[in-house]
Amino acid sequence: MTLSERMYLPAIAQGLGITIKHFFKKKATINYPEETRQRSDIWRGLHVLKRDENGAERCTACGLCAVACPAEAITMTAGERKKGEEHLYREEKYAVTYEVNMLRCIFCGLCEEACPKAAIFLQDDKLAPARYERDEFIYGKDRLVEPLKTTETK
Amino acid sequence: MAKITFDGIEVEVEDGTTILQAARKIGGDVVPPAMCFYTPLKGSGGKCRVCLVKVTQGSARDPRPMPKLVASCITPVQDGMVVENTTNEDVLNARKGIVEMLLINHPLDCPVCDQAGECDLQNLSYEHGVSATRYEEPRRTFDKVDLGPYIQLHMTRCILCYRCVYTADQITEKRVHGVLGRGDAAEIGTYIENVIDNDFSGNVIDVCPVGALTDKTWRFKNRVWFTKPLNAHRDCPTCSGKVTLWSRGDAVLRVTARKDEYAEVEEFICNTCRFDKKEVSDWTIEGPRNIDRGSVISANHYELPVVNVPIVPNLPKSTVKKMPTE
Repeated sequence: MTLSERMYLPAIAQGLGITIKHFFKKKATINYPEETRQRSDIWRGLHVLKRDENGAERCTACGLCAVACPAEAITMTAGERKKGEEHLYREEKYAVTYEVNMLRCIFCGLCEEACPKAAIFLQDDKLAPARYERDEFIYGKDRLVEPLKTTETK
Repeated sequence: MAKITFDGIEVEVEDGTTILQAARKIGGDVVPPAMCFYTPLKGSGGKCRVCLVKVTQGSARDPRPMPKLVASCITPVQDGMVVENTTNEDVLNARKGIVEMLLINHPLDCPVCDQAGECDLQNLSYEHGVSATRYEEPRRTFDKVDLGPYIQLHMTRCILCYRCVYTADQITEKRVHGVLGRGDAAEIGTYIENVIDNDFSGNVIDVCPVGALTDKTWRFKNRVWFTKPLNAHRDCPTCSGKVTLWSRGDAVLRVTARKDEYAEVEEFICNTCRFDKKEVSDWTIEGPRNIDRGSVISANHYELPVVNVPIVPNLPKSTVKKMPTE
């Protein structure tokens, strides 16, 4: 070893220099979930079941999303619309239950493509958040259907 | 015996056979579609015109072509006849036009319709139709007619094939429904809202090529492609008891007659079998029903391969996999 190497001090200064340089660099991380990165416009995130312009649910439980789903994440049961429910459901048949298992879902968007009624969409601004229980990943109609308020304010 | 050439394929059939039946003897893609013709029903056919074909040579004795396209389901063959179906541009164009006409008043509510997935009109328009409609006027609507607790009538979907009328005439003793009105106003109805209640009235559901007559006990229960078809039979005093069960898990959701590749029932079944026996314990299950691979019904359960063709020939016997048989 040479004298300068034996002194250790130049090496320590060099190392500190690298550390200090990183203080002034742009951070690679962000404070998720307070901040989010900008996503692509065609990002496929959390599902939503849309309502039409009158606030009625568009989904008719035709089963095409479920048959198109490669992960078999979608299940549903259909029911017949009763008299007086015309403002709730668009067609005479509607989905009584509609469940998407977010653990199974691979967010491929084939359900969105298969839907003949433009009812199911993968939102570009929402993700399926992490949870502690497996049951909580099965999203029912209570969490999938678009809330009425958003359509009223529009 | 008469020898005819159909799309370049020679076939020999009995005298008096229709061109359509001769084509079905050949089978495969050359067979013209048929919406109103139904082999078990006498007098059916000649109404929907989708089976039109071109006869380029009338017979061996009179080789002149027939001047117009003819309906193959009601035209008998003659010796030496030459018929063109898929090989003739005129026929395909005419069929395209007919599909468009059939769809003029059809509501296209397939997402709601229980027939979707096994609907003749859906298959027909998928294969021969155009994807867009040129029709701008409002489609026909009807007052709802109640046909009793078992059969649901959706008149808007009807294409007036008359199959159900012939079924009621020939299979049941007394027909209480028919086609009322003429032309554009024609509709299927029971004149004084009579309830259809014959032992065999449920067969009108099976013969209906569209979703106009559907099973009320199956209404909106599930989609055809999520159910598993099983062949089953039971000892029935009124009918043969040979049926197809459409089940999911342990539940029998629907019972229909067994249909062949042209969606024609093999044996008509009675209403007790169709509507009242919805338990697996009521039936002796023979095995899964063979469904065409192209059909959406087979989308959710894959079939066992029918033939075990070795990819590498002459392998030692110990390496050959044993395929489970049906």
